Amino acid sequence: MASEATAPPNSPKLPSSPPPVSEATPLLEMRGIAKAFPGVQALSDVSFTLHAGEIHALVGENGAGKSTLMNILTGAVPKDAGTILLRGQPVEITDPRRAIELGIAIIHQELTLIPHLTVAQNIYLGREPHGRLPGTVDWATLNRQAEDLLARLGLDLRPTTPVAELSIAQRQMVEVAKALSLNADIIAMDEPTSALSEREVETLFGFIRQLRRQGVGLIYISHRIAEVFALADRVTVLRDGRHVGTASVQDVDEAQIINWMVGRTLSELYPKTSRPQAEVVLKVEGLRRDNSLHDISFELHRGEILGLAGLVGAGRTHVVRALFGVDPVDGGTIWLEGRPVRITSPQEAIRLGIGLVPEDRKAQGLFLGMAVRQNITMTRLHDLSRLGVIDRRRQDGLARQYVEELRIRTPGLGQRVRALSGGNQQKVVIARWLTLNPKVLLLDEPTRGIDVGAKVEIYALMSELAARGVGILMISSELPEILGVCDRILVMRGGRLVGEFDRAEATQDAIMTLATGGTRS
Amino acid sequence: MTTDRGARFWRRPGAGAEGRRRFIPVFILVGLGAFIALLNPTFLTPSNLITVVLQASILSIVAIGQTYVILTAGIDLSVGSLVALGGALSAGLAVKAGLGTYPAILLTLLVGVGLGAVSGLLVVKGHIPPFVATLAMMAIARGLTLVYTQGRPIAGLGADFTFLGTGDILGIPMPVWIMAVVAVLAALLLTQTRFGLYVRAIGGGGEETVRLAGVRPGVIKLLVYMLSGFMATLGGVLLAARLWSAQPNAGIGLELDAIAAAVLGGASLFGGIGGVGGTLIGALLIGVLSNGMNLLEIPSYYQQVVKGMVFVLAVLLDFATRRRPTP
Repeated sequence: MASEATAPPNSPKLPSSPPPVSEATPLLEMRGIAKAFPGVQALSDVSFTLHAGEIHALVGENGAGKSTLMNILTGAVPKDAGTILLRGQPVEITDPRRAIELGIAIIHQELTLIPHLTVAQNIYLGREPHGRLPGTVDWATLNRQAEDLLARLGLDLRPTTPVAELSIAQRQMVEVAKALSLNADIIAMDEPTSALSEREVETLFGFIRQLRRQGVGLIYISHRIAEVFALADRVTVLRDGRHVGTASVQDVDEAQIINWMVGRTLSELYPKTSRPQAEVVLKVEGLRRDNSLHDISFELHRGEILGLAGLVGAGRTHVVRALFGVDPVDGGTIWLEGRPVRITSPQEAIRLGIGLVPEDRKAQGLFLGMAVRQNITMTRLHDLSRLGVIDRRRQDGLARQYVEELRIRTPGLGQRVRALSGGNQQKVVIARWLTLNPKVLLLDEPTRGIDVGAKVEIYALMSELAARGVGILMISSELPEILGVCDRILVMRGGRLVGEFDRAEATQDAIMTLATGGTRS
Repeated sequence: MTTDRGARFWRRPGAGAEGRRRFIPVFILVGLGAFIALLNPTFLTPSNLITVVLQASILSIVAIGQTYVILTAGIDLSVGSLVALGGALSAGLAVKAGLGTYPAILLTLLVGVGLGAVSGLLVVKGHIPPFVATLAMMAIARGLTLVYTQGRPIAGLGADFTFLGTGDILGIPMPVWIMAVVAVLAALLLTQTRFGLYVRAIGGGGEETVRLAGVRPGVIKLLVYMLSGFMATLGGVLLAARLWSAQPNAGIGLELDAIAAAVLGGASLFGGIGGVGGTLIGALLIGVLSNGMNLLEIPSYYQQVVKGMVFVLAVLLDFATRRRPTP
């Protein structure tokens, strides 16, 4: 039904020979970019350049401004100041549509493909070749176009496969193929490896290198420094919304980049005052759950901060969910203060003195539309009420005590939690647990998405709690944080504990090697 | 490019889950039919089978409109009331206003499209959840019907009107013909056009993606509610034609049957998945169930209970198999 004469519209331009990486007119130049959000200067005077055929890594801690910079580049967020030049020409990127027209694409961690549509339908969504009747789609031509594109990109995918059946890495490649079919020559990838296995990472890297050879300019956003050295030509570091440095990867080493990222000495960033005590507060032996947990055994001491490191999907969250009674386990024993306990529900865990600060505080940890007062006292309402009526004075007294103790910055107890900053929201979650005087606190990525200043306060708070005798189990994907805060570090991979380090002997490399499946040297 | 789609469908790696699912409703339909036939052989007589299909045809038309809405992860609760309004308005315009059968029907269908557009605008522009917007429309359309009819049936339809409900061509009843034509057109619209592709794209969480692809998802959604309004009033016209009169209480509870037909036919309430063929099977399944319960002399009050339970089972299946568990 399709005539061969129908030329595929929008065939991507893939130059056969890579243009030289020169100091000539850059593909993209961002100058003096600034952006403020209410209460925080997200970016000030940031500059960034990208050449054709270059992989430019953009690194920095959470909250450093990487995402904001990319959101400005792709038109999702307007800038307050600064200019953007494409091939030397100033452009105004007013909205995401405009960015796409200009050939700028971003591949987010949350992919935008539609799972039950096919690869071809996803790539050419909105640009389907017309069939003979008005409004119809020429599916055969659509699939052939996609097949050509995938072949040119060296992707072994069938155009008719529903995206739902692809792996995450394959989906990212389809996203990239889609961007290229839109004539994108600037592609930003935001933490593309965070959910990938090691083999998938290799495949993706091979693909990215091929794109570089084809002259695409790639912005690679990551906080994994090893990846930067494996992949990038240049690296730019942002910290607290400022441009700290840009260098060719040959000219810098890991220590330099970390120094740029962190910008302060470890002792400043991680105020560590507590010492673990001898007494074991929580002991876990042989914990297992079908495919997610295998033979998990460890001890947590009173006053200890125990880190749980590993890649996303290694099973760290499963451990804390099991300990908190959210997920049932198939076997294993848990001792709390020397007594064997069975934890079959969160209620049971709370009764035993275990608290969980969940990974996604907005969805799982907070009542966003409710006031600070209610969020803090939620689990204590029983004690604060008489005949089912809440005693407001006592409720406010309890809430105020923790607002002061944790230095939660809020205009008042009646403030809705939604309006607080990420760091203060996290403190509210922690405050709720402290009202119960927990023996064990489970923290799942407690500093995700909060700015550096607030992080330091959370670290200080953790240290303070440990000094009071609380045993803390902390999951974190940020190795510097794990190294700085924890007394001991457990490493997980594939649902198993694969290693343990003392604070003194742990290094990023050693942890990463274990987490990704290497052996400890 | 003469790819054999059928063959490709079977060979597709892991077409598995979703592919096999398409046949579940067929198996259930055959199983249920066999079960009823075993208990009461009357079920398999040609005249009874024609009755089943005839009864299912009006539901099918309404349910196809509903399927489009469900594909966008919406829902249209107003279809039952629009069936009543479709019957009353077309009958009233034809009999009382003397417009003539076809102008009356045409005008009625336009009103259906218009009321669908109101629901659609409430959803798209008013940002009201679909079930709330169409719940309001359900009350409004039923009220308009009662106002227009003063609560009394409208009888005295002309022969050309009743032919649409009771006549036949080549021994096949008119509603079945109309349903067949509507189904074929609706299936082509869904599978062969951009509009159909975007309907399927919007539902599975792809609204933003669709917008960035240069398509206005609001327009697609609006059209979907207009289509559902059209289908529901068309169902109402045929129902009046079949009963020789328009009943102001027609179509009460039909929205449940229509949603159930779509879900039984494999449509997902999360959107994105579903099709015309499946919905026809789903409507037939409900038709067979009703017919079977009548043949087995199950009191009509209990039939309601059974239908409700079947609906819940279908939705449970959808939720259990399609919702991704959180890690």
